[in-house]
Amino acid sequence: MSTTPQLQHPVRPPTVKRGASLERKHARFGWVFLAPFAIVFLVFLVLPLVYAFWMSLHTNTLAGGEQFAGLANYVKAFTDERFLSGMVRVAAFAVVFVPLQIGLALVFALILDDIRTRLSRFTRLLIFVPYAIPGVIGALMWGFLYSPSFGPLVTVFEFLNTQAPDLLSRDSIFWSLTNIVTWQWTGYYMIIIYASLQSIDPAIYEAARIDGATKLQTALHIKVPIVASSLVLTVVFSLIGTLQFFTEPQVLAPLAGNAIDAAYTPNLYAYNLAFSYQQFNYASAISFALGLMVFLASIIFLIATRKKSGLR
Amino acid sequence: MIKRKALLAAGMTTALAAALVGCTNNNGGSGGGGGSGASKSNCTNDIKVKDVPVVTYWGWLPDTAETVDNFNESNDDVQVCWSNAGQGGDEYTKLSTSLESKSGAPDIVQIEYDWLNSFLIQGGLVDMTEHGIEDYKDNFTEGAWRDVSSGDGVYAVPVDLGPVGMWYRADIFEENGIAIPTTWDEYAAAAEQLNTATGGAVKIGNFAPNGAGQHYAFLDQAGAVPFEFDNGNPTEITINHNDDATKTVYEYWLDLVDRGLVGTDQAWTPEFSTALASGKYATAVYPVWYNAHIPDFEDPEAGAVWRAAPIPQWDAANPVQVNWGGSTLAVTTQASDAALATKVAAELYNTEERQKLGVEKGGLFLAMPEMIESDYFKDLEYEFFGGQKFNGEFFAQAAIDYEGVMFSPFSQYYYDESQRLLSEAIEGNMTAAEAADELQKSLETYATEQGFTLN
Repeated sequence: MSTTPQLQHPVRPPTVKRGASLERKHARFGWVFLAPFAIVFLVFLVLPLVYAFWMSLHTNTLAGGEQFAGLANYVKAFTDERFLSGMVRVAAFAVVFVPLQIGLALVFALILDDIRTRLSRFTRLLIFVPYAIPGVIGALMWGFLYSPSFGPLVTVFEFLNTQAPDLLSRDSIFWSLTNIVTWQWTGYYMIIIYASLQSIDPAIYEAARIDGATKLQTALHIKVPIVASSLVLTVVFSLIGTLQFFTEPQVLAPLAGNAIDAAYTPNLYAYNLAFSYQQFNYASAISFALGLMVFLASIIFLIATRKKSGLR
Repeated sequence: MIKRKALLAAGMTTALAAALVGCTNNNGGSGGGGGSGASKSNCTNDIKVKDVPVVTYWGWLPDTAETVDNFNESNDDVQVCWSNAGQGGDEYTKLSTSLESKSGAPDIVQIEYDWLNSFLIQGGLVDMTEHGIEDYKDNFTEGAWRDVSSGDGVYAVPVDLGPVGMWYRADIFEENGIAIPTTWDEYAAAAEQLNTATGGAVKIGNFAPNGAGQHYAFLDQAGAVPFEFDNGNPTEITINHNDDATKTVYEYWLDLVDRGLVGTDQAWTPEFSTALASGKYATAVYPVWYNAHIPDFEDPEAGAVWRAAPIPQWDAANPVQVNWGGSTLAVTTQASDAALATKVAAELYNTEERQKLGVEKGGLFLAMPEMIESDYFKDLEYEFFGGQKFNGEFFAQAAIDYEGVMFSPFSQYYYDESQRLLSEAIEGNMTAAEAADELQKSLETYATEQGFTLN
């Protein structure tokens, strides 16, 4: 068959050839434009993740040195009482945070959507402002407000001739943290829901009004179902954020050392394992284990709400 | 909260980036000296003499800028490039990450005594006996020397010490007609008297759940030896944290807590400083370096009269002196010229001029008998304390008499666990003895997990 004359093959029309090379040229330029992002993405996200995963498959004990351990760190993580109790704790936070934040955000968004005065624009900004303050600064500020010996509460309670409650004690820290996080994130979620409300065609409200719907009925039966996909989005954000709870307990820990220990949340635990106890390998495993839990929780929630979320 | 995931990744990334950048430097010419990763271009100070080896140094002492300048001016064969990588924990986090990533650590690093073993076990510190440190041994107090030694090795050069004394409000004691306690029994009795005399408004002091450094000194004073660790035999450790001496100390303080005679503020918080400043506490059993802190929070108009006294003793006939804090200069295993770095670390404070800079600019209580036994040092008058010459009165002798202690090779874990369990005990969830037993159990489990053999 090697003698088959080449000329008998149909010759491709030159136009097609030129087109293909042009496409290739375009593709090449595409890569050039993509390169800056791709390099940053690879170096600062993919590589560290791969490296961290590789680390998580090894153990490095203080006295024993480093060796390959397979999944031993993961087995250890999922039987580690401190990691699991941290997971239970963030789950408890999620049960409180998520409905509280999204519920408040929805109520604010609905109210602000309904009243349109100059004051409402100002109010919207006020509710959003806490989000604009960096988390660390916010937590530091609340740490001062909560202070049992010189915070403003002390003055108030002195005036009432009673002792101010210790908001940084073991019993109250849960609610103190809840307050900080709700304060910070409600405005952000409100803006997402509010933006979604703004895109609704006013003709629908008109029709509802003609049909005799009250404002409350319009809100509950028209507005909320239409913005359901935004609600799902905000819940997912809130859920992921809560499971990775870190900044606020980390900042308050020095002030509330009795209440917040090194493994208060799984993320805090991973941080302390790596940077306080030099257990980088186990910390990587904890991080991946946490990532897995967050992924599972998000997926389960998205599947459970797939009708509302517009994913299906 | 959304981006928290990034944090650990960011730490790892930094380490990785440092590793990528550092690789090119690792085999740099050794003749040039200098750090492999801690860049020489990052000096806070100016290098006075060009074209000689440069040694990089991380430190945070208040006198470091002046001391390093003086060193560079008076040495023309080596220069120090100094930068501040944060105080205490901040620096340790960076150092630990640099050691883990095998790059980025400076040649010389300031480390507090109780943290040396933690970095030793990470393989981060050079044994200075291989570089002639023994020649300098007589420059330092015996206790400090023991604190930087492990087995046959010496892993740091002592800089300063923190002999513990008792800072007290002379005005409060005088108003209530109470004598200054010299033993722990008297201290408890004075606490009771203060409580009665002031209707509970003044407590004698504070037992901080996170006061690990202080507690360790208390344990040492009572004769406890919580850890025995020798770097010559680094896979073995002795943990003895629930013996009678430890329980005695815990029981003593938790009893005072129970009776409402001492507070339980976290150390190093505004709460504690405010309480001290407002006269809620009559004493602070703190090291000599606390003299620099008290004027910071004390209102000079308030009329508080602060003085220093020796630490109360268990047995007045056999006084035991203890130390809390102070720091050292260690040479990291990433130093490109460990011998040179050792020499610089040993000689940074070896002239009278630089020692005086340390004392006057840094408020240092140097671990050098030559300095602390000098008339200059003993006669220093502290204005805020009514001109009291407490160095000469007792701190200098306390530092000489201090015999040294052994520290754990996992300080952070130990401190976190001790805080957690003491908090439980303070809140009444367990007794002092149970807290000691639990701590012992926790430490043994951790040590075993970390590959140590328990002796």
